Amino acid sequence: MSVLLALPVLLPLVCAATAMLFWRRLRVQRTIAVLTALGHLASTLALFVEVRRFGILVARFGDWPAPYGIVFVADTFSGLMLVTTSIVTLAVTVYSLSSIDADRESFGFFPLVCALLMGVSGAFLTGDIFNLYVWFEVLLIASFVLMALGGERKQLEGALKYVTLNLVSSSIFLAGLGLLYGSMGTLNLAQLSVRVAEATDPGFVTMLAMFFLLAFGIKAALFPLYGWLPSSYHTPPTAVSALFAGLLTKVGVYALIRTFTLVFTNDPTFTHRAVLLGMATVTILAGSLGAIVQRDLRRALSFTIVASVGFAVLGLAVSGGASQELATLALAGTIAYVIQAMVVKTQVFLLSGIVRRLSGSFDVARIGGLYASAPGVAILFLLGALALAGVPPLPSFIPKVAVLRAAFGEGLGVYAGVALLGSLLMLGAVARLWSHAFWRAPMERPHESDDDAPVNLVFRFIPVTGLTVVLVLLGVGAGPVFQVATEAARQLLDTDGYVRAVLGGAR
Amino acid sequence: MRSIILSTVARAMLPILIMFSLFLLWRGHNEPGGGFTGGLVAAAGVILFSLAYSPRAARRVVRVDLKTLTGFGLLMAAGSGTVAVFAGKPFLTGVWWKLAGPQGSTIELGTPFFFDLGVYLVVIGVTLSILFSKAEEEERP
Repeated sequence: MSVLLALPVLLPLVCAATAMLFWRRLRVQRTIAVLTALGHLASTLALFVEVRRFGILVARFGDWPAPYGIVFVADTFSGLMLVTTSIVTLAVTVYSLSSIDADRESFGFFPLVCALLMGVSGAFLTGDIFNLYVWFEVLLIASFVLMALGGERKQLEGALKYVTLNLVSSSIFLAGLGLLYGSMGTLNLAQLSVRVAEATDPGFVTMLAMFFLLAFGIKAALFPLYGWLPSSYHTPPTAVSALFAGLLTKVGVYALIRTFTLVFTNDPTFTHRAVLLGMATVTILAGSLGAIVQRDLRRALSFTIVASVGFAVLGLAVSGGASQELATLALAGTIAYVIQAMVVKTQVFLLSGIVRRLSGSFDVARIGGLYASAPGVAILFLLGALALAGVPPLPSFIPKVAVLRAAFGEGLGVYAGVALLGSLLMLGAVARLWSHAFWRAPMERPHESDDDAPVNLVFRFIPVTGLTVVLVLLGVGAGPVFQVATEAARQLLDTDGYVRAVLGGAR
Repeated sequence: MRSIILSTVARAMLPILIMFSLFLLWRGHNEPGGGFTGGLVAAAGVILFSLAYSPRAARRVVRVDLKTLTGFGLLMAAGSGTVAVFAGKPFLTGVWWKLAGPQGSTIELGTPFFFDLGVYLVVIGVTLSILFSKAEEEERP
């Protein structure tokens, strides 16, 4: 059974290594990548089923007992994140079959995607905070290369900002780890949870928490640390930015949720209610306002990522120090929100690639009249855009309502009001994008695209349609989804349960 | 500019360094050494050779494709961890075999050794890839 926890990491590793053996045979590499993505989905689904059946699962690598060796821990939350990661990666891999040029492929595009998948899966599974750092590095290094691969001028400019800020984040993370290990004497998350709760100097612990908040805040793209995201995500090929949009910031959000529910919970009035709450609300506003003013489709969509990160963290912030019932509600909202956001972000980014292919531009002022020429794309994009804004039948509505209800229940009406305003602005932003690109009279076609080779668009439509179906299913099945998210939230709040599962009797 | 002293020494040192790296790899399980150090020493031998002659000559000495080497090393490291799974133990647990050695001795061979061997290959592959790509960049006018 413990091998199920290793598979999400092991499969992409084997994929990357095998693809290196077939360096010049791109067709083999493609096949390996698609098979790996399928295998990853199967393994994470199996893991999710096991977690639902048996509760928190723990794998001790090398058979070393918990506080000493590295453990992987799968609870409902990480299971949900893993399954969604698989779905996103599968879609992007299929999409890239027809959209990534041979140059990039021959420089190892597919092995890099596998390495990224390995890093993300490891980060979702690990029960050791230093190991979390290692997985962050794995996924960052893969993403650095993916971001710069191809070496176009604007790409390198974006990559420079991306790499610099992420390196800063890694150094802060590492410095925090040093202080944490020096003061608590352990890096195992479960043991940290126990020791931090017993710490005699709460001020010091809060300072430590700020180190991790900064580090994860940069990765998650929280205000005022989000600058790198909109200035880099629109530069690489669409498949790459869709993969980043779906996965990377969400790993930061995951790390925030994990550490700020399990470890740093001793002073929620400051860490959650002051810092996180403030950052989250301003992030929502900043993201929505940014999305309204951008002309470049992908830049505008990048700002919607920022806004959605704000919403996800809002729930986490509200849950800190709240009553059990409202904390569960807020966290469940956060979890359900993050899951659907991963799917939506990937879907709209992939669609932006199709839009560019059809219209020759990413500039919304130049695209126009696509509804007449490609009604299918218009409807798919409309669904994605409405999901970004959180319109009722789509899956982001219920989670938002849950978070806002919890916020009102806790007397944080002002923040909830700002979040609502942000939602409204977001609706305006996506409505503007959609009506400009699809609804307006067609413009004369500016052909600035270098992506004109006659390709089979089927490989681009299959994954986008698939993601849209997942999206609609998440919306139709909002009840059961929210039920699972609620259970995941209960598990997160029951830190004793986590500690017992990992450490057993030994503390 | 080629120095006759350097090239003679490099030619003599290459096999010695390779043997030393294998020795480090072998003793690495219980004493200082291991796949990482061993790999670095082996790569250092090739780097010395490439300084004395040329990166192209060094590439000829290596013979195998470096990406194949790296990929094979990764697979070996991952595979050595998987052996434990088939033995019913958690991933990466050491599994040991006792083999009959010469003159009635026994040799203990375990999966950690193959893990180390994988690391050894990966380190050689990656280090030399970096070296060759840098050196060939300089060679171009």
